[in-house]
Amino acid sequence: MKTATALETESSVNQPEPVRKPKSSNFWKTFKNQKYLYFMTIPFVIWVFVFSYLPLWGWTMAFQKYKPARSFFEQEWVGLEHFKTLFQDDQFLLSLRNTLAMSSMGLIAGFIFPITFALLLNELRLGIFKRFAQTISYLPHFVSWVVAAGIVTKMLSTENGMINAILVGLGIIHEPIQFMAQGHLFWGIVTLSDVWKETGWNAIIYLAAISGIGPELYEAARVDGATRLRQIRHITIPSIRPTIIVLLIMSVGNLLNIGFEKQFLLSNNLVTDYSQVLDLYSLKYGLGMARYSFGTAINIFNSVISVVLLFTINGIFKRTTKESLL
Amino acid sequence: MSNTSFASRKSWSDRIFDIFVYVIISFVVIVTTYPFLNVLAISFNDSIDSVRGGITIFPREFTLDNYIKIFTFSGLITGFKISALRTIIGTILGLISASMLAFAISRVEFQARKWISTFLALTMYISGGLIPTYILMRDLGLMNSFAVYVLPGVVSAFNVFVVRSFIDSIPYALQESAKLDGANDFTIYWRIILPLAKPALATIALFLAVGQWNAWFDTYLYNGSNEALTTLQYELMKVLQSTTSGNGGDYRSNIPSNATNQVSPESIKMAITIVVTVPILIVYPFLQKYFVKGMTLGAVKS
Repeated sequence: MKTATALETESSVNQPEPVRKPKSSNFWKTFKNQKYLYFMTIPFVIWVFVFSYLPLWGWTMAFQKYKPARSFFEQEWVGLEHFKTLFQDDQFLLSLRNTLAMSSMGLIAGFIFPITFALLLNELRLGIFKRFAQTISYLPHFVSWVVAAGIVTKMLSTENGMINAILVGLGIIHEPIQFMAQGHLFWGIVTLSDVWKETGWNAIIYLAAISGIGPELYEAARVDGATRLRQIRHITIPSIRPTIIVLLIMSVGNLLNIGFEKQFLLSNNLVTDYSQVLDLYSLKYGLGMARYSFGTAINIFNSVISVVLLFTINGIFKRTTKESLL
Repeated sequence: MSNTSFASRKSWSDRIFDIFVYVIISFVVIVTTYPFLNVLAISFNDSIDSVRGGITIFPREFTLDNYIKIFTFSGLITGFKISALRTIIGTILGLISASMLAFAISRVEFQARKWISTFLALTMYISGGLIPTYILMRDLGLMNSFAVYVLPGVVSAFNVFVVRSFIDSIPYALQESAKLDGANDFTIYWRIILPLAKPALATIALFLAVGQWNAWFDTYLYNGSNEALTTLQYELMKVLQSTTSGNGGDYRSNIPSNATNQVSPESIKMAITIVVTVPILIVYPFLQKYFVKGMTLGAVKS
């Protein structure tokens, strides 16, 4: 035992020099062998570096009094000053509130609706109608938010808008409602627009997961006399649980990256208190006023919180369900 | 006796359930399609008559005037050209990058494999944000250029992983035997992987094309004042947002006004909406079987 260890330590002391040499020449030998693989990847790696990693270098702007005309070494460093201004700004708290509100609403609706839709679609017995409904349900996903926002505005308008026409026709309301002018309705409008646009698309993954469930489970349940509703509850939903969890973690990581297209396109001056999300805040008070450093501080806050959320949620899920994404 | 009553009770509740499912799904189908049919009907309706309202899914006074009129808007013609061009170039560049990267990182023996995968995956979780990206584009001299539409999006990590998981499902023995026959890595990529990975490539081609065709924010941000580089979505945005004055407020203060963004009649707006939407609606049903598979693979693996 002792001699073995002694031998081992001795050999490991002696080894490094002769081992390292062939290793590095091995690297170049393999490099030469794999030169085509390198030719095919290195240009794109550089590309990714420029367009995805260089903006991270731009984060230094948040700690400077950035002036576009100066070079990096001539910039004046101000430490955390911009963050202090940021956290004291009422507009910031408002934007954070709006971002969190709309993203949480979107997160919840983005799970309930696609899962329900997939479960119901799976229960359709007529194959043709099922395929037709599915194809139709993808349709809004492929139109731009410019078009979708135009359609939503049109449907909700007081002049010949369908929603108002139905509500008035049914006698639920007497006067058409100016939906787009009500701040407190804005979050709901954005969430429902998203539901309209993405439910069918997001159901794809759940439908695929459902189609992977073995038919013998359902047969056994039918023999036991389980109703269709009970089959959904005790077979279908538990079977797609892992899929739901993975997607949940991914969405939580993107909680603050909800984008701003829909808010930008659906908002108007009357509802800015409810429509301004962090990205629009940086667009208006950063870029719009040439306060690049301040705007960058907003972007950094956004990114950092997203990553922290992602790791936190992933950690919680890892501990409780043994499912992990990272 | 008890057996039959049990059976009939079951089929009765099943029937209720079936009806319930059909009603809900039909409702979803109607809610999804009605707005499009409504837009289509108004676009074919006389623009003065449309003001009266009450048009549902059939035009009341059929006319092609709205479509004839919008083809005289110079912004739309330029926009159409630029949008088509960026869709073609952006899709081709994206396909080349995704297929090459996916092929390389699917090769088990490739020594930079792990490193490149991580390097790509990180971009899905962290981004520099709006302003650092804007400053970078300016420093690279991409403001007021066509290149700003296609260059930033050449590599998409998500697309690479979709193609990678598809390539992983192709038997590795095919590559091995080609190698024994003396084929180099590029030949294997070109002759074996590309033809076999067509379903995955069709999927991401659709993603790339739709993304390019639907993009408007980059036009707004980088080329907003350059009429020669306008895109169709951006033109539509200007026309649609021209109704309510002050719509969107300060974000849009830098949008120059021109012939197309004076307040247009409803029917004209709807006709432009249709022109912008139809190319995509024609394409997507044919690619359905591919993108359903691609979405599933991508989600499971990445």
